[in-house]
Amino acid sequence: MARIEFQDESAVVIIGSGAGGGTLAHELTGRGIKVVVLEAGKRQSTASFSQVPGEAFLELTWLDARTQSGNWSVAKNFPTLPAWHCKTVGGTTVHWTGATPRFEPWELRAKSTYGNIRGASLIDWPISYEELKTYYLMAERRLGVTRRNDMPGLPASNNFKVMYAGAKKLGYKRVHTGHMAINSRVHDGRGMCIQQGFCVQGCKMGAKWSTLYTDIPRAEATGNLDLRIECMATRIEHGTDGRVNAVVYRDGQGREQRQKARIVCIAGNGIETPRLLLLSDSSKFPQGLANSAGQVGRNYCHQIIGFVWGIFDKPVYSWRGATLAGVIEDEVKNDPNRGFVGGYRMELVTLDLPTLPLVGLPYGWGRDFASIVENYRNLAGMIINGEDMPRAENRITLNRDVKDALGLPVANVHVDEHANDQAMRNHAQTQMSRVYEAIGAKRVVLGPTPPATHNTCSARMSADPREGVANAWGQTHDIKNLFISDGSAMTTAGAANPTLTIVALALRQAEYISREMKASHI
Amino acid sequence: MDHLVILNRRELLKSTTGLLTGWVVAGSPLALIAPGRAWAVDLTALTSSEGTTLLSMARTIAPHDKLDDAAYALVIQAVDNDAAKDANTRKMIKEGLAALRADFAASSESERVEGLKKIETSAFFQTMRQKTLQVLYSSSIGYSYFGYEGEAFSKGGYVFRGFNDLRWLPEVPAEDSGPLPAGP
Repeated sequence: MARIEFQDESAVVIIGSGAGGGTLAHELTGRGIKVVVLEAGKRQSTASFSQVPGEAFLELTWLDARTQSGNWSVAKNFPTLPAWHCKTVGGTTVHWTGATPRFEPWELRAKSTYGNIRGASLIDWPISYEELKTYYLMAERRLGVTRRNDMPGLPASNNFKVMYAGAKKLGYKRVHTGHMAINSRVHDGRGMCIQQGFCVQGCKMGAKWSTLYTDIPRAEATGNLDLRIECMATRIEHGTDGRVNAVVYRDGQGREQRQKARIVCIAGNGIETPRLLLLSDSSKFPQGLANSAGQVGRNYCHQIIGFVWGIFDKPVYSWRGATLAGVIEDEVKNDPNRGFVGGYRMELVTLDLPTLPLVGLPYGWGRDFASIVENYRNLAGMIINGEDMPRAENRITLNRDVKDALGLPVANVHVDEHANDQAMRNHAQTQMSRVYEAIGAKRVVLGPTPPATHNTCSARMSADPREGVANAWGQTHDIKNLFISDGSAMTTAGAANPTLTIVALALRQAEYISREMKASHI
Repeated sequence: MDHLVILNRRELLKSTTGLLTGWVVAGSPLALIAPGRAWAVDLTALTSSEGTTLLSMARTIAPHDKLDDAAYALVIQAVDNDAAKDANTRKMIKEGLAALRADFAASSESERVEGLKKIETSAFFQTMRQKTLQVLYSSSIGYSYFGYEGEAFSKGGYVFRGFNDLRWLPEVPAEDSGPLPAGP
């Protein structure tokens, strides 16, 4: 591993080591570029992952204080935890469930496809599907995505058999065990899935792709990566020319450090990325960095997510097997006759016993509530994954009344649901109930929206600098050597789980950055 | 060794304010995993009578008739730990308990539910609800009772231990599923 001097002005500094930051770090270091990665969390390994769900949650999750506002149910049900993502080397690729669908071509043309939706701030992506597809193909090979190339699908679990039988009764056609970045056979030096069902606690087989045990160690092996763990970026500095030139951070001992930089790439997930831009305000940029259009933190998307459980009179043992390996894709279409624009996936899901009553079930207690858990053996589960509408006022801001451990204002997450979001959720819950009822469910339980795991679009790419934060390469409109390198840069949320798209965009951005560095444009 | 044990026992007696005890029900899931027939949970901030009322409250919040009291006693132990560590928590619990009817633990389930509905928005009730759900369903007694098998890495996953053993529905055709690995 490299040791890059604080005063070295030639380094690229990447903030975050997840799907975006980790991939970018590997790509740049592989091209001979010196990279410092600042990672706020600690470094775990497949050996150290705890198999006690509560412990794993505490070890992996980003738990720094945040506040919430708006009418979405998460603010009421999980007031201290608007989002469930990671603070650890590998970022959220440590706890993700491996689902890697692509965007549909029409989803990238959201504004053109859906038209003028009142109260939504839709725009089209500045990238065509054909262009993105090149990078999807690269990303799918890299991650070993199932049902792509020569990687077979994962075998059907009990939980999937239930979903499949119901879906077929309803006449759904596009139903299978999913495009998953989970090895169905040994691949890329990683083991194969042994159906543990502990995807969210960190995959001890390494069968599920994570930058923690792929891109990060490979970037280290190039000799060009200086990975600094437990280092929390607090401010990005710039020179009189308006270009960024250093990142200030707190190291593991609580000391303030300053790393000089030629280029800064932010990949801190959809809440911390805009927060850091806002925290970096200066006399030259009083609204924060890359925020001349006032777009930083706006248009925050989190997708329409929600659990649906079917209770049967025979056992399912849903916890056995890859957590999310199954999908119904027939509702991924734009059909306004359903009463909303955009599409949604129905994905397989389950929760371990300790987590189910805390996160997966609607608030309750007493006989009725307990009777659901009493049926844990006979429970089958699905989760909605649908496109939510971007709104200018759904945004990440700084809450100056609440400070974190370093004395900095925490992020406030404001979400008022759009009528389209609610119509989509109702439609999805009805269809998912019908899936289970078609094969004799005794009862269907509609669970809550959990804390957001797909935090995107809060520093979005836009063709028009007035409508977003970054251009088609994630390069900020205002500052040429400042990049958005995570899901924050996504233009709209789509109905696809975001990780594959984040990786594809990072691969594309890496080519662009190295090309622009060579040409001395940045 | 004996000396130490006696000392520890004395220390324990000095700091113990209450005790919850019970017998493992023969044939219950607990009987399979419990080391002995009797169980006891020491309380250091709460009295035995307070512990008994809280245990009844936990049972009303999450009623599983065939689940041993021992599982609920673990909830009370966790509440007692929190109360011992923090004076505000202790005060909140004690005041909450004092506001319940004196014969709460002895009253019928419908009476207990009525009583709890009246205090549902209180910090006391919400703390008890959260603690009950957190502890009950993450205990080994809970795992055993609800049939949850937990972590599987140490046993080679579920791939050869039933992840696809459901037989009451048709099998998924190969094109929508994937190949099974060769057996162990």
